[in-house]
This record gives sequence, structure tokens and C-alpha cells, in this order.
Amino acid sequence: MPKTMLDIKKIRKDFPILNIKVNGKPLIYLDNAATSQKPRQVIGAMADFYQNYNSNIHRSIHKLGEEATLAYEKSHKKVADFINADFEEIVFTRGTTESINLLAYSLTQELNQGDEIIITQMEHHSNFVPWQQLAKKRNLKLKFIEIDGEGKLKLEQFSELLNKKTKIVSITHASNVLGTINPVEKIAKIVKEKSNAYFIVDGAQSVPHMPVDVKKMGCDFLAFSGHKMLGPTGIGVLYGKKELLERMQPFLYGGEMIKEVTFKDTKFNELPWKFEAGTMNIAEAIGLAAAVDYLGKIGMENVMRHGKELTNYCLRRLNEIKEVEIYGPKERSALVAFNVRNVHAHDTATILDGEGIAVRAGHHCAMPLHSVLGIPASARASFYLYNQKEEIDSLAEAIHKVIKVFK
Amino acid sequence: MSESLDPSYIGEGIYKENILDHYKHPHNQGQMKNADIKFTENNPLCGDVITVELKLSRNKIDDIKFMGRGCAISQSAMSMLSDELMGKTMQEAKSVTREKIVEMLGIEIGPVRTKCAT
Repeated sequence: MPKTMLDIKKIRKDFPILNIKVNGKPLIYLDNAATSQKPRQVIGAMADFYQNYNSNIHRSIHKLGEEATLAYEKSHKKVADFINADFEEIVFTRGTTESINLLAYSLTQELNQGDEIIITQMEHHSNFVPWQQLAKKRNLKLKFIEIDGEGKLKLEQFSELLNKKTKIVSITHASNVLGTINPVEKIAKIVKEKSNAYFIVDGAQSVPHMPVDVKKMGCDFLAFSGHKMLGPTGIGVLYGKKELLERMQPFLYGGEMIKEVTFKDTKFNELPWKFEAGTMNIAEAIGLAAAVDYLGKIGMENVMRHGKELTNYCLRRLNEIKEVEIYGPKERSALVAFNVRNVHAHDTATILDGEGIAVRAGHHCAMPLHSVLGIPASARASFYLYNQKEEIDSLAEAIHKVIKVFK
Repeated sequence: MSESLDPSYIGEGIYKENILDHYKHPHNQGQMKNADIKFTENNPLCGDVITVELKLSRNKIDDIKFMGRGCAISQSAMSMLSDELMGKTMQEAKSVTREKIVEMLGIEIGPVRTKCAT
């Protein structure tokens, strides 16, 4: 196993919340796939905006307005650089869910009855419900790529599902339950070879944890959230290829997304502002830029390597406990979903909470996937750059306590 | 890991003996033939589903059975509730409040887990 390049002790000092105690025990935060903690650099950047240059953007002709506008636009640029996109290709939204809804509403306008959309069995509800509901409303056909026993996509089946009627393929890069990392580059090639469909990637669980390059990936769109990558809540990203965003209809109409409005008609603003109606979450965009700076300084290769190390260690420790059932493949992103035999995930999470350990329990917004797995719920430990092996030791120890209580 | 259980702290503190007893040996679990009333409720937070069947005679609950999967809190609450409702009139049954169920469990539960119990 390669030694981690991160100075975890130093990193942990940047996260004030890691000093708190929960139920009298030091907090062990293993719920990063739900939301990550925030470093003081992010909290500070947002406070600095509110304290020193709070103002609306793109409309206020005064010093503060100018500073706020510059900072907001710089945030777009930083996020663009982070995933190797161009400035105009980055639309800010509230999060992954809104990014995908924007796509679902805008892209399905050009579809005809009987056109097909392909997603997978492992999607989070954010990349599931929008397509399901729009398919119903517009008489489109929604198809699912199944998962195999290991929790990987059946790619040979995908080629069969694709045809000339396929107009949209939307797939998660990394499963928020199984941890499966889907081969999106390969899938992009298959989509482009066999259809004219748009290829959308849900990057909510991948962009925070690994280097992502949209040009290399070959996707048409990528959606992700700021709050899972050290940034604040309320800010997310939609990347789209420039020529596609230009052709697309806006999702929200209103202020700031216009160039000219007359009584008869409206000319829409240029990219990316055409998709950013109303006053945006300015402080949150500035916070996200600080998060991207922070991750960039550490290096996404290092973040990924550290996540892998922790995940492999967690798999090893949990595999030692015969009462624990683990879901998903061996090669995975930085999370482990599991159940303790004959114990409901909520009960497991409650006992872990008593030990100061925060994990998620439930269906993780992936009810269809849980029905495929044949379980009502699971517990999930998910890691980030500030977690350390000792915390996984504590997790394993606490799981023994769960087993003891329910013996 | 051998410190005594402090009932005020969340952790395993809520898994008191009576709750674990009801969880491991639930009362009135199962199905019945010719139920007069049958309904299913689910908890969207965790996907738990519970189906309850009632047999009535002269407006009194003559028998009650429940089926479903859930956490220790939801299962033991249902088990205790079924004991409580047995023999009651429909009017009396309707007056069993959320607070009463929490009281029956005899534990402090936070807002997140209240849904499990009620």
C-alpha cells in the first residue's frame, strides 16, 4: 500500500468542527458522502465577503458591486479549471439535484414521444426521479442498466439497450452506496459510437474524491455539489459543452439571465449567465472557490490515494467481523456500506453515535438500488482527507458493541 | 468498552432491556385471516414498512397483528402498542397519542428517531 502524502494532523487543524465532542467522545465524522466538513479557509472566505464586500453582482455600479462581481466570476473560472472546462461551460446551481433537473427539463423539451432515456439501477434519487417523472409526463421510455452480483454495471447489457431512439444516457460516476466507480470514459465512447444521445455524468461522489477532467471523460454534461467537497451548501455545478449549452433552452426565467426584454419577447443572456436566473448564492460561490483552492493545493491525486488507503483499511477491518455484511465491489470510492447481521442500520447508527461516530443509515436516497440488494436499509461509513486509520479502528470497536447489545 | 450504561446518553442507552425484549420477542407479530381493518404505513426516512391488521367485535379490538421490517425502536414500539390496543374500543384506540407511545418505550428519543417510534 503506498504511503499517504498527506499531513493529516496539519489538515485536521483547518477543520474547527473536528475538535468538538459528541456524547462526551471526540467526534469521528464518517458521513462525508452526505456532506463534508468545511475548513476555516472556506468559512473565512464567506465571512470575508459578508463583512467586507457584500453586494449584488452584475448589476451594481459601485465599488462593492464590482468586487463581488469579480469574485463571483473568479469562482466560475476556478471551478472550470478544477475539471478542465472553459469559463462559459460552468453554470452554478443549488447542487447536483438542481443541475440534473435543469438538464431534465431543458433537454426533454426537444424529445418526442417514445424516445428513450437510459440510467442505471444504482442511481441516487437525484439522477432517478427527474428522469422518471419527465418520462411519465412526456411519454418517454426510461431504461435501466442492471448491476451484477458484485455491484458493477452490466456493460454488455448497456450496448443492447442503446439504439437510435436513445436520446439521453445519465449515469453516476461513483455510486453513493456501493462505491462502484463506473468506467465513464468507456461508456462515453460506447454512447457516441452507437447513438446520438447526450451523455450526462453525476459527479456528486467523484469530483470531491478524484481528479476529474471533463475533456478526458468525454461527457456532454457533468453535475456535482459544492457541499460534498469542502464547500458550503446551496451551491452546485453544471458543466456542459459550450455548443450544447448554447443550443439549450433556459430552465429558469427571470432577472439576470436576459440580454434584452421587450413587451413582445426576450433575448437571453450569454453563457453561462443564461442559466443563472435571479440573485445567485454569491457567498456560497466564493466559498466553493476557496474549497477548490484548498483541494487544489493538496492535490486530487493525493486526496484519492488517501481515500483509497482508508477504504481498503476499512474493508479489511470490517471483513474481520463475521457479523458484518458489506455491499459493493472491492475497487471502490471512499465509502463502505454495510449491515450488522440481524440489526437494523438505524440501530447500528444510533449505537455508533453514542461512541461519537457519525455514519449515515437508511436508503441513502437510493431506494430502487436497495430493493435490488434486497435490504431495506444500510449503514455507510464514508471518508475524506481529514479522516485517519485510528478512526476506523474505533468504528470496528463500536461495531463490536452493536453486536454485543443485540446478542 | 465496559463502562456502565448511562441512561441519559443516546448510544446504546436507548436499547433498554424492555425494548430489546420486545424487539427479539415481539408480541402479536404475524398475520390473521379475515381481518376487519388492514393498513400499511411506511417511514420514508429508512424505508421501513409495517402492516397492521385488526379484528373487531362490537367496536372493540378483538385481535391485532403486525408484520414488517424495521429497527428496534419501531418494532418494539409496535409490539408494545399492540398490547396496549388489545381490547380497546376504536374510540379509545384513537386517543393513544405520540407522547403515550414514547412514554411506553420509557426512553428519551430525539427528533430524528421519533419517527421510528410513532
